[in-house]
Amino acid sequence: MSDIAVQTRHVPDRLNSRAFRILRSWEALLLAVTVAIFIVNSFASPYFLNAWNLSDATFNFTEKAMIAFAMALLIISGEIDLSVAAIIALASTAMGLAVQYGAGTPELVAIGLAVGLLCGAFNAVFVTILGLPSIVVTIGTMSLFRGISYIILGDEAFRGYPSSFAWFGQGYIYWVFTVEMLLFVIIAVIYGVLLHKTNFGRAVYAIGNNPTGALFSGIRVQRVKFILFLLTGLMSGVAAICLTSRLGSTRPSIAQGMELEVVTMVVLGGVNILGGSGSIPGVVIAAFVMGLVTFGLGLLNVPGIVMSIFIGLLLIGVIALPRLWAIAAQSRKA
Amino acid sequence: MNERLALAHSPVVSMDAITKTFPGVKALDQVRLDLYPGEVTALVGENGAGKSTTVKVLTGIYRPDAGTIRIDGKPVTLSTPNDASNAGITAIHQETVLFDELSVAENIFIGHAPRTRLGLIDRAEMHSAAQQLLDEIGAPLNTHTLLRDLGIANKHLVALARALSVDARVVIMDEPTAALSHKEIEELYALVETLKTQGKAILFISHKFDEIFRIADRYTVFRDGAFVEDGLVTDIDEDGLVKMMVGRSVDQIFPPRQHKIAEDVFEVEAYEHPTEFADISFSLRRGEILGFYGLVGAGRSELMQSLFGITRPSGGACRINGTPCVIRSPADAVANGIVYVPEDRGKQGAIIGLPIFQNITLPSLGRTSRSGFLKIAEEFKLAREYSTRLDLRAASLDQDVGSLSGGNQQKVVIAKWLATQPQVIILDEPTKGIDIGSKAAVHAFMAELAAEGLSIIMVSSEIPEVIGMSDRVIVMRDGRIAAEISGRDLHPETLVRHAAGITTTPQLQEA
Repeated sequence: MSDIAVQTRHVPDRLNSRAFRILRSWEALLLAVTVAIFIVNSFASPYFLNAWNLSDATFNFTEKAMIAFAMALLIISGEIDLSVAAIIALASTAMGLAVQYGAGTPELVAIGLAVGLLCGAFNAVFVTILGLPSIVVTIGTMSLFRGISYIILGDEAFRGYPSSFAWFGQGYIYWVFTVEMLLFVIIAVIYGVLLHKTNFGRAVYAIGNNPTGALFSGIRVQRVKFILFLLTGLMSGVAAICLTSRLGSTRPSIAQGMELEVVTMVVLGGVNILGGSGSIPGVVIAAFVMGLVTFGLGLLNVPGIVMSIFIGLLLIGVIALPRLWAIAAQSRKA
Repeated sequence: MNERLALAHSPVVSMDAITKTFPGVKALDQVRLDLYPGEVTALVGENGAGKSTTVKVLTGIYRPDAGTIRIDGKPVTLSTPNDASNAGITAIHQETVLFDELSVAENIFIGHAPRTRLGLIDRAEMHSAAQQLLDEIGAPLNTHTLLRDLGIANKHLVALARALSVDARVVIMDEPTAALSHKEIEELYALVETLKTQGKAILFISHKFDEIFRIADRYTVFRDGAFVEDGLVTDIDEDGLVKMMVGRSVDQIFPPRQHKIAEDVFEVEAYEHPTEFADISFSLRRGEILGFYGLVGAGRSELMQSLFGITRPSGGACRINGTPCVIRSPADAVANGIVYVPEDRGKQGAIIGLPIFQNITLPSLGRTSRSGFLKIAEEFKLAREYSTRLDLRAASLDQDVGSLSGGNQQKVVIAKWLATQPQVIILDEPTKGIDIGSKAAVHAFMAELAAEGLSIIMVSSEIPEVIGMSDRVIVMRDGRIAAEISGRDLHPETLVRHAAGITTTPQLQEA
């Protein structure tokens, strides 16, 4: 036994097959939940299985999901942006203001995106250059951005958006498929590819798991984070365009509280709130879950406050379930 | 001593046929381990032999799949750390887990502080009891000091006082000396003696053989998760122990070096930093291993981190292959072919949470990808190549790097940097805290790399390693270069003298 030759050990690439990993994933569990909700809903209300109703239901999540995709990357990297809803308010206010000076649809889109980007850059400077914690910075800018909207608008509302501007939030591509759905799909694919298929996405995971280790591996940590804040701002701008277009008016209270729904969607999608793990498919499914639940409850005439209780329970339930499952499995073994 | 050991006395803790399996790896396979009162048992084995898993089983962090743990002959189940603590088992870990923002006394008594009648913490009683415990182990500490203001050695003392405060009968010391200075180690030995006289059973885990032979009474050897042998330390010698550990004899300690040192590759000129170092100039040649020796705090790591772009120097210049290089970030350093294997593996080296292959390819993604898009097959190819080269031991390349032992994590970090095909690799304490087998492998590998033309800077505090591996040694003291030594002048004594700043003529050499 004492003179075993040192042999080179072969280390296999992976132990589990792809199918096995997918089957055991968080996304698979969420998908099952989605299907269950869908079935329950279709029994609960005769109006549920109607193409036009379902199409309307997508507005419950499309705008939030656009931000949620960018937010997912930001949270995976270990940061957060709570100012997204306030960015919507500011971007929408800026667009409303531009309408008063006769801006057309292309100008409005440019302004919406630019304000989003600028707000994102503003957050990014404080977090990445001054090294302040993002949760504090963005709670601050949450008040700041919306506060500016209140100063500009007071009790008023901006209206009079050009009719062509309504296309984004009210238009249909084909039959029941809305423009927002198309945007949702395009943005989901872009972020899915960015996070899962590019070097940039890998850097995001590395930073989220160990920012010091990522820095010591030659990753430009602050630059990556700066870009993530820009992207989140930009997506808030896109959501501002869609929401403003759909509502046809801007009030300073627009999208109030939406940041929490966006974060809920991200966490429900399996993104670790502490950073380091999560996926875009998960967030896509979570968007559907939230959309279906709110729509189903709406059809049953459940008031909005009760709905938020359901969303809260759903979040806690779905997160607690795998943990409970593990505990049960362990005690059975023992 | 032999006589005392020969006395028929029964173990306090006895592990029997303990098995613990993780997905794809059998961490422990029917191992046994006995700990006797008033004796130090050294648990010896290479990285991945199952030592840490054993500690975790004993402290209730892991539950074994099979086997029995007996305390005083009665079978017990240690399902939680609390159970272990109640059973009188306590551990002082490699990186002791204490609370930086709490005082010494609070750390000692956290979880079982003395209470007043109202159920509040009796602070006066807590501080006096803490003082008593500290006095018992001869620790000159103020109980009100915040833990973050203490050095590692003193933190160990606090951990020990904590262990004694719960009236532990079994003290597990997992590499307690890894971060201690020579003097502190001596103090620790004295403490171990005190614990022995108090009848505590001590499990001592260390990679350093001199320590084992100095303080252990018994040894138990594990290899690849299996029990190999146990016995009295007086009945065995170093060579025998090594053979049991690695299952083969280790005939050479340092690999022979081929000296084909050529032109200057990396030149550093007048590097300085406001607080850490000043006036640093040296050059590194192709295929050379340049050792950096010095006492802890001499500024070696700080210098290396500034060469790697982590901290910005306040002055100085560097050239790579004669071309001036501007290094403002690690990314710049990597682009210039300079890479750094840090001392702090867990925090700065490995990215725990990411699989092995992604750790290896992280700085090389530019090569394994196409226009920014990942190519997973290419990544696996690269990871496979370098993990084979380093003889990495893992269940799969898709496994979280955090599930590997320290030595294998170090291999992943080295693999990560070699995969970038660097010109200069800086190794900061490359073999610290890894077992003798992995150590020899790392040394052999360094020699191989140097022979292939890689230039290596090795920061090390282990004199045999510095002398055995380096072509040239730079000794640093107080942030400055104290001496540059090579060839026949490379003596342990010369190094120590320069590092400590002793200027009188050495007299021992003549004797």
